[in-house]
Amino acid sequence: MLELKHIGYSVFDGEKTIEILHDINLTIDERFVAITGPNGGGKSTLAKIIAGILTPTSGTILLDGEDITELSITERAQKGISFAFQQPVRFKGITVHDLLSLAAGKNMSVSEACSYLSEVGLCAKDYINREVNASLSGGELKRIEIATVMIRGTKLSVFDEPEAGIDLWSFQNLIQVFENMDKKLGGSILIISHQERILKIADIIVVVANGTVTDTGTPEEILPKMLGQNNGPCSALTDKLK
Amino acid sequence: MDKIEKTLLEAVADLHNVPEGAYNIRANGELSGRATTANIDIVTKTDKSGIDIRIKPGTKNESVHIPVIISQSGLTELVYNDFFIGDDADVTIVAGCGIHNSGDDESRHDGVHSFFVGKNARVRYVEKHYGDGDGNGKRVMNPHTVIVLEEGASMELETTQIKGVDSTSRVTNATLADGASLVIREKLMTHGDQFAETDFTVDLNGEDCSANVISRSVAKDRSKQRFLSRINGNNRCAGHTECDAILMDDASVCAIPEITANHLEASLIHEAAIGKIAGEQLTKLMTLGLTEQEAEEQIVNGFLK
Repeated sequence: MLELKHIGYSVFDGEKTIEILHDINLTIDERFVAITGPNGGGKSTLAKIIAGILTPTSGTILLDGEDITELSITERAQKGISFAFQQPVRFKGITVHDLLSLAAGKNMSVSEACSYLSEVGLCAKDYINREVNASLSGGELKRIEIATVMIRGTKLSVFDEPEAGIDLWSFQNLIQVFENMDKKLGGSILIISHQERILKIADIIVVVANGTVTDTGTPEEILPKMLGQNNGPCSALTDKLK
Repeated sequence: MDKIEKTLLEAVADLHNVPEGAYNIRANGELSGRATTANIDIVTKTDKSGIDIRIKPGTKNESVHIPVIISQSGLTELVYNDFFIGDDADVTIVAGCGIHNSGDDESRHDGVHSFFVGKNARVRYVEKHYGDGDGNGKRVMNPHTVIVLEEGASMELETTQIKGVDSTSRVTNATLADGASLVIREKLMTHGDQFAETDFTVDLNGEDCSANVISRSVAKDRSKQRFLSRINGNNRCAGHTECDAILMDDASVCAIPEITANHLEASLIHEAAIGKIAGEQLTKLMTLGLTEQEAEEQIVNGFLK
């Protein structure tokens, strides 16, 4: 169980202090939690604070009751937090097989690595020996990124906008990946997403806007409110969805 | 051969014992072992220090190992090795130099390797440089490689220096005839106060010949590297040179690519990138449970693999 208590995060831009997050209180105990909300609302910052990439300026983070606020990225990873980047990182010389082995913490057999690649919809033999570099497309990198998190199978897996940078066709398959993961993964999944189809399969949706939690509830409770908002992005689209 | 010499031999030529096929092992300036085959002859030069390696036309799938090891502090040598590779041959040549210096005097190996590659012959040349020993004496290697590729010949040169060489100046000159192709892959890591200079010159003289010169290097501590790559396109040809360097600590890397097109149909490209390890690369590997130091090692090892 992950608990965020009074989490705040501010940055100083040289002239004034800008508050990105304030007084976030959240308990994640469900299997599948989706965080959504408008761009610039603080979702990715929150995900990075959970993974230890950013340190909160106030508040505490508890993982299964243990205070992990001051722990490094490595220590949190070792305690069972995984993080899938919104923009996957490229490496010259490190192959897909190498990266998956690093995620597994052991030299993975080719057949094991292949089974994970198949689960994220990649034809394993085409990818296993390729470098994780600019020769891979955004969608391919995203799938490999997701595979690194699946392999770890930790108690908490955080995905920062897995749909970003993926075309519509690939996105259809990605939904299936998450549906399968929901069934298989032992721990909790925390996913930042704008996609209704991902939000629909969540146990609980947390809405983050203007740096704080503005709503929490089941998809049945939250989605009608979001789609029914008068100031929605495009009424033609939301009318269709209704 | 003692334990130190065996360690050197393993580091530079992946050899645990005498290799199969033709070989010539030079240890502390003297011949330590040699074998020839029906197709590959090795003869000691009579006018200067070194050997001639003659490979008969049409020789296929044979290899030659010519490692050099120095474990005697203060030994300096200049050696000429000439390779004559017959037409249509297809061979692998493994060279390498290992210096163990536990004394206070400089140990130095300067090797001049010349390759005359016949028509349509293929050569894979693998060269490793390695140094160890805890003495104050410097370990110096200055390899000079001359490559002449005749019509349709191709050569792949893999040169690696990962550890322990205090100073190196590596000069390579290549000329290519019609349809010849050359690929050079250099991997280099310097640390401490080491200095490494690489200087490639490739003359693309023949029609439809091509060259690809790729260097990947890591500079650590206070070490310095200088990379020069010159490709001259003198005919309808294709040339590409690339220098990619990771910079760490207080090291410095200088990359000077130079491409000259002297023919309208010459197509030449150069690329050079120098920079520290990207912070996000470290972060990604740390989210997989690696410490910052482990992440750095993985990134460097992958880069130089």
